[in-house]
Amino acid sequence: MSVLLNKDSRVIFQGFTGQHATFHAEEAIKIGTRVVGGVTPGKGGTQHLGLPVFDTVEEAVQSTGADVSGIFAPPPFAADAIMEAIDAGIKTIVVIADGIPVQDMIRVSRYRMGTSSIIIGPNTPGIITPGVGKVGIMPSHIYSPGRIGIVSRSGTLNYEAVAQMSELGLGQSSSIGIGGDPVNGTDFTTILQAFEDDPDTDAVLMIGEIGGPQEVDAARWATKHMSKPLIGYVAGLSSPPGRRMGHAGAIISNESDTATAKIDTMEELGMFVARNPADIGATVLRAIKS
Amino acid sequence: MNIHEYQTKDLLKHYGVPVPPGRVVHNDAQAATVAEEIGGSRWVVKAQIHSGGRGKAGGVKAGNSIDEVRAIADDILGCLLVTHQTGPEGRLVRRVLIEQASNIEREYYIGLVIDRATRRITLVASAEGGMDIEEVARNTPERIFREVIDPAVGLLDFQCRKIAYKVGLKGTLLPQAIKIMKGLYRCMRDNDATMAEINPLAIVDNGQLLALDAKMTFDDNATYRRPAISELRDFDEEDPKEVEATGHGLNYIALDGDVGCIVNGAGLAMATMDAITLHGGRPANFLDVGGGATPEKVANAFRIVLQDPAVKTILINIFAGINRCDWIATGIIQAMRDQNITVPIVVRLAGTNVEEGRTILNGSSFPFIIASNLNDAAAKAVTTVKSIVTHI
Repeated sequence: MSVLLNKDSRVIFQGFTGQHATFHAEEAIKIGTRVVGGVTPGKGGTQHLGLPVFDTVEEAVQSTGADVSGIFAPPPFAADAIMEAIDAGIKTIVVIADGIPVQDMIRVSRYRMGTSSIIIGPNTPGIITPGVGKVGIMPSHIYSPGRIGIVSRSGTLNYEAVAQMSELGLGQSSSIGIGGDPVNGTDFTTILQAFEDDPDTDAVLMIGEIGGPQEVDAARWATKHMSKPLIGYVAGLSSPPGRRMGHAGAIISNESDTATAKIDTMEELGMFVARNPADIGATVLRAIKS
Repeated sequence: MNIHEYQTKDLLKHYGVPVPPGRVVHNDAQAATVAEEIGGSRWVVKAQIHSGGRGKAGGVKAGNSIDEVRAIADDILGCLLVTHQTGPEGRLVRRVLIEQASNIEREYYIGLVIDRATRRITLVASAEGGMDIEEVARNTPERIFREVIDPAVGLLDFQCRKIAYKVGLKGTLLPQAIKIMKGLYRCMRDNDATMAEINPLAIVDNGQLLALDAKMTFDDNATYRRPAISELRDFDEEDPKEVEATGHGLNYIALDGDVGCIVNGAGLAMATMDAITLHGGRPANFLDVGGGATPEKVANAFRIVLQDPAVKTILINIFAGINRCDWIATGIIQAMRDQNITVPIVVRLAGTNVEEGRTILNGSSFPFIIASNLNDAAAKAVTTVKSIVTHI
């Protein structure tokens, strides 16, 4: 299992008593996630889902020893919630919100400097470690325990890859969405490092898309620092330049941003690359057999 | 969100960035009046559309008399300007900016972009003003200079000085350059812009720096807290189908193929388009119904996709996580019933409540083409289109 969410992780939810947080906290608890409480300002001292509610993240950490937080605050309030979690010393911060202003994330990223917090998201399905737990909104029933790590920008494309892998009997160690925003909390490289260090992961699938240098940067990094096979897919071969394809970060602004350019570089670097999204599972299988 | 050049210049003026005297007008009579009001002996008439390359397309012209300004304005207003960004159909010019013309001694480029790698706003400058900055970056990267801005302290004077000296702005130009760079940064920060550029920033004959053209793009995710910026939005410059889709909470982008796409999630939507392309087909659009799509939302998606007359078949690809396949199926049936849909519909459902979804589709009398996975879905959609084309 990955370092970000394992059997020792103690999870809280921020915006705990809201509708979405409640639903996804219940789902997380059902599959065994060790949820220890939550935070909703003004509702401190009450109980929700049989767990304690706190006014501040600081109190929640002091009382429960939480080290992972799932943030369900809506976009206008998300940046403040993330910085509160960083301030309280939360190690893994999962941000579900889609639509946080990019300059808010620039400030959050500056605030995080010098701390050991890792921000997953925003605009992410979250983290799941099959058999252990999840912090996020993904349908846990499609995942199964195994030894392939997955890191992706997109949520539903992550599900698609998992479905293809399941058909071939390939399970996952952990699956992590870094989110579809142009400025996100964590890049591919940080997650690849975590999987490289994880004894329960044999190979890693990286699912990228058009826009930004992250996939290529990670692929270059991997040639020097990874011993495990790295499989890649990049969505957006047929996307026109200059248009934002749903994700704020998925926009081709120069030639190196295109899917073709990224795929070509990955292949040159010796990665296993699926050019067709329907071949992701088969490519993972080919990589671990070689 | 984009705004017009004249709107950008109005904004920048408030942040101490000098721009040429001028005003936007809607007809040739106003053009003549404004030229007279702002004075001088030479004027520029600039088409106001959301696109670069206006000059090359004939949308920017100089006039040496009031009558000439009137004639040029009459010429440009109402014409369809075709640039490299508008597509072959061009863009209707509804207003022009009349400005006093300047005698240009030298041109520079100054811009602010969000750098994803450093997660910060970066100041970019070059002495190669007036040119396409991406071309400069490609051909002569050594002529572009950058300063990364720490959001905690903002753009600092010494950073502006470093950049100014590197591009050759010194002497009496230096304090002007610093004021302009800092003004541009404050304007970007205060208004949640994602990009701001002055190109060209020119030295004009009296030794003054002047922003001759400027462009800003704003964060769609921040419009809720920038009402003054939201008011600058010009719906005439946007695809009406895309505007309608946004109103329904759908993310739609028109493309030029014939396979209509309805998908959940941006990544899967792009991958679905790719699968169609790899099977030899051409997607007609990108459409993401998002999470928690209700039957009504799905029905609206059909309506928007089918507004494009080129669509010959529709491929629905849903991998439900927080979505529910039964709601999606109900939406499909609703659309089929209410919208008199005649094109073939290929459906691939997976994930949450997939069995319930399939039961709903199978229980109807509509001839859906059911696909088992992504590959199958793309293959079936493309085959369907090809067989239609052959029959015609």
